[in-house]
Amino acid sequence: MDRRFVYMDYNATTPLHPVVKARMIEDLEIYANASSLHESGRSARARVEEARSAVARLIHAKDDSSIIFTSGGSESNNTVFATMFHLGRKGPRKGIVTTSIEHPCVLNAAEWLKEEGFPVRFLGVDSKGRIDLEELRSAVGPETLLVSVMAANNEIGTIQDVTAASELSRAAGAFFHTDATQCAGKIPVDVEAWKADYLTLSCHKLYGPKGIGALYVRKGAPLLPLIRGGHQEHGHRAGTYNNLGILGFGVAADLATKELPEYSTRVRSLRERLREGLTRRMPYAHVNGHATEVLPNTLNLSFPGAEGESILLYLDLEGIQVSTGSACASGSLEPSHVLLATGLGPELAHGSIRFSLGRDSTQADVDYVIEKLPHIIDRLRRMSTVA
Amino acid sequence: MDAFTWLYTDIVKDHFMNPRNVFDPGENIAWDADGIVGNVKCGDQMQFFLKVDGNDMITDVRWKTYGCASAIASTSMLSEIVKGLSILEAYQLKPEDVSKRLGGLPDNKIHCSVLGDKALRSAIDSYLAKTGRAGAFKDVGATVVCTCLNITDRDIEQAVKEGARTWEGLQERTKIGTVCGGCKGRAEDLLVEYVHVFGHDE
Repeated sequence: MDRRFVYMDYNATTPLHPVVKARMIEDLEIYANASSLHESGRSARARVEEARSAVARLIHAKDDSSIIFTSGGSESNNTVFATMFHLGRKGPRKGIVTTSIEHPCVLNAAEWLKEEGFPVRFLGVDSKGRIDLEELRSAVGPETLLVSVMAANNEIGTIQDVTAASELSRAAGAFFHTDATQCAGKIPVDVEAWKADYLTLSCHKLYGPKGIGALYVRKGAPLLPLIRGGHQEHGHRAGTYNNLGILGFGVAADLATKELPEYSTRVRSLRERLREGLTRRMPYAHVNGHATEVLPNTLNLSFPGAEGESILLYLDLEGIQVSTGSACASGSLEPSHVLLATGLGPELAHGSIRFSLGRDSTQADVDYVIEKLPHIIDRLRRMSTVA
Repeated sequence: MDAFTWLYTDIVKDHFMNPRNVFDPGENIAWDADGIVGNVKCGDQMQFFLKVDGNDMITDVRWKTYGCASAIASTSMLSEIVKGLSILEAYQLKPEDVSKRLGGLPDNKIHCSVLGDKALRSAIDSYLAKTGRAGAFKDVGATVVCTCLNITDRDIEQAVKEGARTWEGLQERTKIGTVCGGCKGRAEDLLVEYVHVFGHDE
């Protein structure tokens, strides 16, 4: 088989959708400040507001003004936690409940509140990566300020029962936030059905540009600005509008809404082909994550006896791009916190590989990986000190 | 497009793609000694096998690893370097000698390359013990860490091998840092490194 270039790291980031790219190139001409009152400014602003509507439609938000543009998922998540810091300092509720498998921007924001004296509880997950709703029920109470549960995990793809988590949180009078960065564009996201108070989105995970994201804030839910300054975004987020990024986000959101059914069917069948092909050739491989409640594009496997960074770089030499939960790839001694939270042993966590497919993935890509990977694993297992 | 240019040198890439002297059970060689260091829980483990002649010269080596690309490449290079050296010369090799021959490693990958020479020394120690010279190279290539009490990196290594896991445990065994305490930072770094390398049965 000829060498191919196979990108299977769509959970890390995605290329621009060709339509997004074309529209952004056209709009490079638009330089006006979207806050200016003159004609050029108004024209730029119209594009921002169109994009806001498109993002609202993507997550079934009733009110366009509930969408606040930010620089990305990390900023959106940090804005929610900073708001809770201010509320908690002044009000009676201070408790924060989140999960042990959140993205580092949520984990570290929660750790910061803990250092500031807030009671913070990190919920565990089962071997498939799902939280225990009974544990959540017992963790929330009249002192709980915020519950933050990610909708889908970036590493293993496990999807939580967001609606149930939200109901339990709201019943206790707490605000509910969900980080939907990884699932928007991959599964339906519905802030009304989920009854979320806050929801985080990032544009570059759905075939749009980097450096732009959004925070959904339910009407009436409090929000304090992380970035203070001008009156942009009704004072919730200062800074000159990132016109081009916002335009790209709007186009990407519209396309994601439109293409979701076809995307999800196609990518799921490719992912199943990859899973079946790899586990048939390597029956010792361990499948991480949930069998059914999982993002359609994500497959996370562990290979006993083979170290993840070596697997990743041998695959890279074959033109295949993936990611790993190995410590070595991150420069620390600790492997993926997500895999450890599922109870996976450190050896299997170090030997984990995440394949995340996307809209440009093909059957030929999948078959190429199924052809190349077993040789690499076999080679590493033969030179391994782990029998 | 060379996918490695940003990360590793051509030499590293070559040794990663074509590692030399990898252990092959099919060869059926009667090895004179072997040594294993590292911990799979921490993501890397290394084993070195030695063939030594009557004049203490290393005539052949093999190695096995559970480790990353830097560990594979640096141990492959080390295995080339040590053939033909005496066990005393080999014992004095440092990770820098290997990374220099590799044309350098990225800073955050240096720690991945230290297992090879530790596994090699562990194999040489086991060979010395087998030939009635246990601990003969204890002070070879040692660097003084605690100048007040003349305690070396090798003393710290030995204390960890004997079970020290904490600063207090290390002090109990070596009395390190009990005079001026100026060496504590460096000694604690070494402690963490050696616990990672030698704490493999935990």
